[in-house]
Amino acid sequence: MSDAQIGRNGDNGTPSKGDWPLYEVFVRGKRGLNHVHVGSLHAADDTMALTHARDLYTRRNEGVSIWVVRSSHIAASTRDEKDPFFAPSADKVYRHPTFYDIPDDVPHI
Amino acid sequence: MSSTEAADDDHVYLSLAEGHDDGDARWAFGTGFSDPLHGVDTAVPDAVDGSALAAVCLALGDDALVASQRLAEWCTRAPELEEEVALANIGLDLLGQARMLYARCGQVDGTDRREDAYAYFRAPADFRNVALVELPNGDFALSIARLLILSTWRLALLSRLAGTSDPVLAAIAAKAVPELTYHRQYAADWVVRLGDGTEESHRRMRAALRELAPYVEELLTATGDTVPGILAAPDTGTEAVREETLGVLRQVLAAAGLDLPERPAAPYRGRGGEHTEHLAPLLEELQSVAREHPEATW
Repeated sequence: MSDAQIGRNGDNGTPSKGDWPLYEVFVRGKRGLNHVHVGSLHAADDTMALTHARDLYTRRNEGVSIWVVRSSHIAASTRDEKDPFFAPSADKVYRHPTFYDIPDDVPHI
Repeated sequence: MSSTEAADDDHVYLSLAEGHDDGDARWAFGTGFSDPLHGVDTAVPDAVDGSALAAVCLALGDDALVASQRLAEWCTRAPELEEEVALANIGLDLLGQARMLYARCGQVDGTDRREDAYAYFRAPADFRNVALVELPNGDFALSIARLLILSTWRLALLSRLAGTSDPVLAAIAAKAVPELTYHRQYAADWVVRLGDGTEESHRRMRAALRELAPYVEELLTATGDTVPGILAAPDTGTEAVREETLGVLRQVLAAAGLDLPERPAAPYRGRGGEHTEHLAPLLEELQSVAREHPEATW
């Protein structure tokens, strides 16, 4: 559990807001193909979330682009659905296009 | 890559095709760091007065070092974990500026001192920072208001120094401009958020501005002390820095429903070594480890 979730007390004695919503952060690296989920953070609004993401997740020159999205806006598959969702693809090797010749100058296939 | 680099940056396929021939296995994250002074000639140009240049570097370095120390004091004390990291980042940016400025000072003031000699082995009266940066942090509103004032003025000044005739100072200033632009944006966001927030946040931000207003004039005057013979042209000189600083502050404060109160200037003149009583304890803490272990390396 992060400090933000348990609500820290500032020096001035007033409790900090524990109700800032959670955001998920996605960063595209300099030479990265796409945005990668790197973590989450708390922020009061979208602008603050981007600012926080810049400070928390690109401090070491990692990124050229940031996406943030409210965690509550992500629809995710659940563990209960794991088998009906994913098991049917496990035995269908013929769906992989392994028989193509790939030119040398095409990267990341 | 050539001149098409900027355009290619957002083109996924081309940025992949660039490859990673630097042999770094962890190319995806945290690579591509660069030395802002790489290839810059460190010889002092004939037209530049070495002692004036050293004084400029020392003053701007001291502003950055002391401000950085105050920001570091927020570690473990900030109201949110995210803000704590943000304030520490800003402090580290300023520390980086201080290190390069001290190093340049040592090259040109004839003493051949290293950066640590300036940071750790000078007395408070030898520091040349403005009083604004040495004031105690106060509450979050005061620290944010201070950061807005400092970064607005420093950006106005350094963006002009990026065109100065000493190539090293110009490179240091050019490196600092995007950093300070972010500091100013960060502080302005919070000033507006607090000023235009709740009754309590507005009251605190108003109180912070009232406390800091007497220290603003020293910055604007210090611009003139800082840059004798370096920023002579009227459109790049002291008056332009003053105008830009006050203009930006007014714009941000108006958006926050605030203003900068008219108050008599505080009697300190940090560029002349006249400091508040707050600088000595700050330096004592900053310098204690280095003075106890003078030969230590880290």
